Amino acid sequence: MKDQDKVLKEVTQGEYKYGFYTDIETDIIAKGLNETVIRTIWEKKKEPEFMLEFRLNAYRKWLKMKMPDWAYLKIPAIDFQEISYYAAPRKKPKYESLDEVDPELIDTFNKLGIPLEEQMHLAGVAVDAVMDSVSVKTTFKETLAEKGIIFCSFSEALQEHPDLVRKYLSMAVPVGDNYFAALNSAVFSDGSFCYIPRGVRCPMELSTYFRINAANTGQFERTLIIADEGSYVSYLEGCTAPMRDENQLHAAVVEIIALGHAEVKYSTVQNWYPGDKNGKGGIYNFVTKRGICRGKSSKISWTQVETGSAITWKYPSCILLGDNSVGEFYSVALTNNHQQADTGTKMIHIGRNTKSTIVSKGISAGVSNNSYRGLVKVMPRALNARNFSQCDSLLMGDRCGAHTFPYIEVGNKSSVVEHEATTSKIGEDQIFYCNQRGISTEDAIGMIVNGYAREVLNKLPMEFAVEAQKLLAISLEGSVG
Amino acid sequence: MLSIKNLCVSIEGKEILTGINLEVRPGEVHAIMGPNGSGKSTLANVLAGREGYEITSGEITFEGEDLFELSPEERARKGIFLSFQYPVEIPGVPMVTFLKTSVNEHRKFKGEKPLTAGEFLKLMREKKQMVEMDTELTNRSVNEGFSGGEKKKNEIFQMALLEPRLSILDETDSGLDIDALKIVANGVNALKSPGRSTIVITHYQRLLDYIIPDHVHVLYKGKIVKSAGRELALELEEKGYEWIKQENGN
Ligand SMILES: Nc1ncnc2c1ncn2[C@@H]1O[C@H](COP(=O)(O)OP(=O)(O)OP(=O)(O)O)[C@@H](O)[C@H]1O
Ligand SMILES: [Mg+2]
Repeated sequence: MKDQDKVLKEVTQGEYKYGFYTDIETDIIAKGLNETVIRTIWEKKKEPEFMLEFRLNAYRKWLKMKMPDWAYLKIPAIDFQEISYYAAPRKKPKYESLDEVDPELIDTFNKLGIPLEEQMHLAGVAVDAVMDSVSVKTTFKETLAEKGIIFCSFSEALQEHPDLVRKYLSMAVPVGDNYFAALNSAVFSDGSFCYIPRGVRCPMELSTYFRINAANTGQFERTLIIADEGSYVSYLEGCTAPMRDENQLHAAVVEIIALGHAEVKYSTVQNWYPGDKNGKGGIYNFVTKRGICRGKSSKISWTQVETGSAITWKYPSCILLGDNSVGEFYSVALTNNHQQADTGTKMIHIGRNTKSTIVSKGISAGVSNNSYRGLVKVMPRALNARNFSQCDSLLMGDRCGAHTFPYIEVGNKSSVVEHEATTSKIGEDQIFYCNQRGISTEDAIGMIVNGYAREVLNKLPMEFAVEAQKLLAISLEGSVG
Repeated sequence: MLSIKNLCVSIEGKEILTGINLEVRPGEVHAIMGPNGSGKSTLANVLAGREGYEITSGEITFEGEDLFELSPEERARKGIFLSFQYPVEIPGVPMVTFLKTSVNEHRKFKGEKPLTAGEFLKLMREKKQMVEMDTELTNRSVNEGFSGGEKKKNEIFQMALLEPRLSILDETDSGLDIDALKIVANGVNALKSPGRSTIVITHYQRLLDYIIPDHVHVLYKGKIVKSAGRELALELEEKGYEWIKQENGN
């Protein structure tokens, strides 16, 4: 084996850095799924009446559905009766200041390099930290409240703004949309809710850190973001999970609704535990993310950096209903070792003069498989629709795979859809050039990969971009550190 | 400073260098000339530690150390600089990021504190003036969209930043216009000191009007077949390589 291949191998076989978990007492209900369990969740959460119906309806739909098998993934059979569908920290704490928060939780955040305090002060980020399924901490609420912005846990929204939830819930992702969305709708325990009133520009990035923490607890988060007419919000979601041996299921649903002239920017850095070098353990991440540009000239932009999970199944999408509305998808997906990712987007053009942009950068290392799957669909009435797609794949070593599945359906003659795709190998000559300037191979790879992904990283809010860059380098890092 | 003894190198079983002997002392400038494909870049790459070459025999010491014991980045940090014949582009990596990382790796090796962003930019400004490097270029990604000449200039710019002990310039003059050639030569001469040495690989005597060599060598079929003072370059310019080939039985 050539030296460089050896280093590449070393570099790409590092252990997961964030392999630890916090020991916080958890209240878990017995494993299994049936109507009684759903009722229990509903009762425990003291939800309004309509939610019981919503959940049961979803459950009944789910029963009639099958696991999707069209993705380029090998998904082991999941026993849904072996999962516990609800876990909540025993004392539901709501704190005024950081001092009151469980020091272990703070410690966990510190290990992740996300000092909560620093984040709040420096970046002015309101952090809604979701520990397991119940919101542990919500900050900056008052500042937001002054502007009429609602940013709270989903449970809280159901208590305090049931009409808003009822009006918009499942507008972008219908209950029976797909297998995992149906399951989520039936059993979701908590998540985040955000409402930006008419004409308001949210003064800070809203951010949520999701964590999986209780053993054997499937995670079913629900996020609903509503941007009323002429409003703007940038929303950040980042996560990293503790090292685990058992596979953990994660099936979140994120819905975004943008009304006329509203703009929502949704950024994700996803770093769930990917499993060990041999592919053991790791999170299964089956996420449904969809935004609907309901009003004229509205805009939804998804940016994601995906480095984690054993299996990723995720297609943040935009339904461009309003005339002149804009959908964007910027993605970096990195897979290493035995990871599998099938990710991409759907852009559904319904309104006139709608525009969409897709930039996908796949990076595969180890024996991983990385697929881009995208659908651009232009309905007959979507006159003058425009799409541009750029899908690049970068291979590290020759045991990994990259695949591109673009689906294009254009229903009228005035629309233009462009698709470009490239596949490249990380350049030996680029690495040597860096070496010759005193830069180690490991650092060189980090630098080259970050350069490759820059177009997407540039779309992230500043603080997040820095974190994401580190994450890309760490995800490819080996014995060092 | 650099001592090469009986160096033989093959690529995929094919002998490229067939017994090179070369002694470079501190402060000296050596020019290596020779027909296309004679092995000049191969020698430069082997000195810098590029992979893919099989060293079948010989030894190289750099400041008394066995060069083969050192990784490419260690050689770089110890002061070996290669100005590439064909510098590569690294899309998306800003020049400033790349250069700052490079400079700070060198500093770390010497036990010096890394430069802050401010300090680095100041250093960069100074060196940019020296080689008349355009800010528009340093604002781009590494070599991205640079013209052939701009790439070469960028190599010398990096040399100026790193102040190497031994610079190996592999056809840095090719593709340069007359003005750029002078600038590059000035850059090299500005660095000249009793402690620094330079190996200039070139096809043209012209560069050697500006960078005055102490020794000129002719590399032919993987061997140094002639060594003399700077007058040899003039002779080659005039007569070409035919007589060398004939002298060496070809
Ligand atoms: N990677 C390689 N694989 C196979 N042959 C190679 C490789 N690199 C160089 N060679 C061969 O080795 C010989 C010497 O090449 P080298 O690039 O060192 O020549 P050079 O003297 O620098 O020529 P030029 O003046 O054209 O730059 C050539 O015959 C070339 O084809
Ligand atoms: Mg050459």
